Amino acid sequence: MEAAEQVSVPRDMGGGASRRLRERLIEAALALAAGSSVFVLLGIFGVLLVNGVQAFGTGDGVSLANLSADERAMLSEAELAELGRHTEHAPSVGADFLFSSHWNPTSSVTAAYGVLGMVVSTLIVTLLAIAIAAPVGVGVAAWLAYVAPPRAREILKPILEMLAAIPSVVVGFIGIVFVGPLIARVFGLGNGLNALNGAVLLAVMALPTIISISEDAIRAVPKDYVQASLALGADRWQTLVRVVLPAGASGILAAVMLGMGRAIGETMTVLMATGNAVAMPGSIFDSVRTLTATIAIELGEVPQGSRHYHLLFAVGLVLFVMTFVVNLVSDMVLRRGAPRPS
Amino acid sequence: MTLRERIGFTTLAAATGALVLLVFALLTYIVSGGASVLSWEFLSQSPRAGMTEGGIFPALLGTFLLTILTAVSSVPVGIAAAIYLVEYAREGTFIRLVRLSIRNLSGVPSVVYGLFGVGLFVHALDLGISILASGLTLGLLTLPTTITASEEALKAVPRSYRDGALALGATRWEAIQTNVLPAAAPGILTGVILGLSRAAGETAPILFTGVAFSLPKLPTGLGDQFMALPYHLYILSTQHHDIVRVRPIAFATATVLIGLVAVLNLTATYLRARARSRMHA
Repeated sequence: MEAAEQVSVPRDMGGGASRRLRERLIEAALALAAGSSVFVLLGIFGVLLVNGVQAFGTGDGVSLANLSADERAMLSEAELAELGRHTEHAPSVGADFLFSSHWNPTSSVTAAYGVLGMVVSTLIVTLLAIAIAAPVGVGVAAWLAYVAPPRAREILKPILEMLAAIPSVVVGFIGIVFVGPLIARVFGLGNGLNALNGAVLLAVMALPTIISISEDAIRAVPKDYVQASLALGADRWQTLVRVVLPAGASGILAAVMLGMGRAIGETMTVLMATGNAVAMPGSIFDSVRTLTATIAIELGEVPQGSRHYHLLFAVGLVLFVMTFVVNLVSDMVLRRGAPRPS
Repeated sequence: MTLRERIGFTTLAAATGALVLLVFALLTYIVSGGASVLSWEFLSQSPRAGMTEGGIFPALLGTFLLTILTAVSSVPVGIAAAIYLVEYAREGTFIRLVRLSIRNLSGVPSVVYGLFGVGLFVHALDLGISILASGLTLGLLTLPTTITASEEALKAVPRSYRDGALALGATRWEAIQTNVLPAAAPGILTGVILGLSRAAGETAPILFTGVAFSLPKLPTGLGDQFMALPYHLYILSTQHHDIVRVRPIAFATATVLIGLVAVLNLTATYLRARARSRMHA
């Protein structure tokens, strides 16, 4: 590459002071750009928090007290009376938010604001997905890293990476038209839009992450370990299972947790594939509605500034905290456990 | 080879083979489902008769425009951040914080970006439900990918490129501008395209910030709503009043979406391969 090999010299080499100033300004601008990632993360947390906390306490944001004089003048006697009753009946939101599984935020009579059912649904779908994806993913990673000839690996890896490129809405579509009906037929159900369907699809989506990071972890295990094990008379399978995988365990665990973080936050796939019944799920064949699906379904219908609107930000906050913790832990595991050559 | 080894390794190979087959099976299934509808008219015409006929042109155009907005709002900041991290930063609290933020941002669920977009762009900044609000939201979503990919590309430029320029009296920025960036450009472009291909397929972040089910006219300004391919597929497969009848159109829309993402990914892969062979030539 010509441009790269010949070192080009800037034309304007004079003006020391202004050049230094320019350098300073450029460096400051670049530092600001780098710092923007911190602002964005804090901004996301801030927007969720500021909007989310407004859901708590009594009243639902729509009450006589916070109407302006103009707005009050526009309402009829009957509407004002209705609004007064409404304010009285809206229950307060407190600890129930996390510990109740009744979610019915639009009802004016029996309004309930508990997200426990969605948290449990999210966890069931996610854990089931990981239970499917982890053994398959680690197995494939082990084969690619430990057994496969280099040429096969070079060809197969990009094909498997294509799985990661399929948009989640397409995966959800496959759940509706293919996987769901298949599950319904195999298990003799009325329809296949349930937790299992979501889990199977999320497993497929988590696989590329799990495979790619586990493969790195397995390849990072020093060759000495393998040779020492073989020299002691172990065969190659024993060496893989008893030496290589345990040595790469922390990287593999981090891979699985990262896959789990993805699965918790996945929206369109579960929204389309799990049926979205709001209830505490009893089995993997129940229709479930996850945290992400709830936001996606309801945010379009709520008036801005209402309690329901703020509640959805609170749901987002729960989701944010869950993924944040999972990602942070996987990050720590990955950092602490990277095998060092001795 | 012992029997145990044979059984074990055969199982692993079978799992890998099955997964590769699954990829091809899924793609074939989608494409063959939409083949009967796919045509030039499907790409170039608007939907007709309540989306039961006609094409997907407005959704295709919307996704194209949205992707451009996403690029404009995230690529300059992302590259600048990467330049700082690779060329200037000295390890310290600030840099640790930045790196921690980038890693965590890439794990934030896309629907949470959507909530953020609604809270900040649509309401607080009063941009309304618009293609601008959606573009900015997706721009933030792509930011970590752009930064990470650009960092990789910059790190791959040999030290001698910088030293050469610095030895001739160039300042640090001049060395970056004239020697480092041109050499890193193909790698950066690869990462940018991969990030954009992911953004183009996203639905949750645009759901409440700007996308519309059906619009009588094409968007003409930043404040307009728009149609988009992923959302179009969502509507056709879950919300349409005659889901069975529009199923072939849904398959074809999925095919176009996959095709778009595949073209972007292949372009990125090609650029990366070419850049690699040049850097080592």
